[in-house]
Amino acid sequence: MDYHSPASFAEASALAANATGITRFLAGGTDVLVQLRSELVTPDTLIDIKKIDGVSDITRNVDGSWTLGVAATGAEMSEHPELSGDWPGVVEAMDLIGSTQVQGRATLTGNLCNGSPAADSVPAMVAAGVTVTITGPDGNRTIAAEGIPASPGKTTLTKGEVVTAVNIPARGENGGDAYLRFIPRTEMDIAVVGVGVSLRLDGDTITEARVSLGAVAPTVLLVDDCAKAIIGSTLDDVALDALAAAASAACNPIDDKRGTIEFRTEVAGVLAKRAAKIAYARAKGEQA
Amino acid sequence: MSKFHVSTTVNGDAVEYLCDPRETLLDCLRDKLNLTGAKEGCGTGDCGACSVSVDGRLVCSCLMLGVEAEGKQIDTVEGIAEGDVLHPLQKNFIEHAALQCGVCTPGILVAAKSLLEKNPSPTEEEARYWLAGNLCRCTGYDKIIRAVMETAEELREAS
Repeated sequence: MDYHSPASFAEASALAANATGITRFLAGGTDVLVQLRSELVTPDTLIDIKKIDGVSDITRNVDGSWTLGVAATGAEMSEHPELSGDWPGVVEAMDLIGSTQVQGRATLTGNLCNGSPAADSVPAMVAAGVTVTITGPDGNRTIAAEGIPASPGKTTLTKGEVVTAVNIPARGENGGDAYLRFIPRTEMDIAVVGVGVSLRLDGDTITEARVSLGAVAPTVLLVDDCAKAIIGSTLDDVALDALAAAASAACNPIDDKRGTIEFRTEVAGVLAKRAAKIAYARAKGEQA
Repeated sequence: MSKFHVSTTVNGDAVEYLCDPRETLLDCLRDKLNLTGAKEGCGTGDCGACSVSVDGRLVCSCLMLGVEAEGKQIDTVEGIAEGDVLHPLQKNFIEHAALQCGVCTPGILVAAKSLLEKNPSPTEEEARYWLAGNLCRCTGYDKIIRAVMETAEELREAS
């Protein structure tokens, strides 16, 4: 295994483009090292991006949007009061991943590019409208977070492409987000179902919404029918029931030791309602 | 396969080693620096027996490569006591019988020290969540938590 620690993303991209065999980028390493040690994936080329300037920065831009370096850790996000104030759902989703020790290394970009359908931060990012910037042999491009996962463990990134930044939109007025997951214990487990909701209000009425489901399909889903079910409503019981029905209808899960198809489908609806209520309360400026 | 030369700081001492890029920081601490306090329990970041602090951040040394330690400040369980004087956490672990076989203990000491540095007044719930990534298979957790809470109180009174 060749190990490289390039000083720029252009260099990282060139290394990956010219490498043969299996290439992995190393950010926090909480998935890459587990796969390496268990011999599930033994990279021929490992490219550590943490020596690139600015990769750990968390920056609020002048327009209120956020740019996160690809090596910014969950612990650094949780310790950032303004980021947590703007996007509590994204920060809490990231914070649910693993232990304190894992939080010291794990990153949003790693969670996204690991391609797990059960990745906790990904539904929260998709609901928030996060985009990622990518550098590759053909230059730079920016795509929505939901465009990265292709199937379990696979991404749409092509040879030589590397994610260079995570862009979170400006929260703006009267907005709120939330992420909830179901696990059979209280800590240190993988989502059986995860739901991210972000919405905006005009008075009591929802004017914008994005709802994303995790662990109920081969990739994290952005479910337009869930958003339609609550846009224009005041999140009354009729809207909540329509939201739950749309969430359950979007599910295409597997049976495994963590949950059956039937259970996941029902819980997706329940969690969608609960997450929407929290996001709504946050948009109203209430503690939730 | 070429080896990498790594210069780093462990418990305040400048150290150097040569490592294969596949070797973890845990492998390097144990096999090259003979610091065998950090243990390999699971090797997958689940058990916390290999916990160390890197630039003040608690991590699993099994989930970090030895080459990544270049230029970092690493703190391990070996650096917790000052010479022959045990840290209050270590004394309280003995007082409360918060260990049996001892395999998890170095990691829990490092993790608990990191907690008290960040939050000198944790609630019991906060201490339990902070240590959720440190598994103990013999003592159970109550004695460990009691030792940590007692130490937090002592350190607050002393400061």
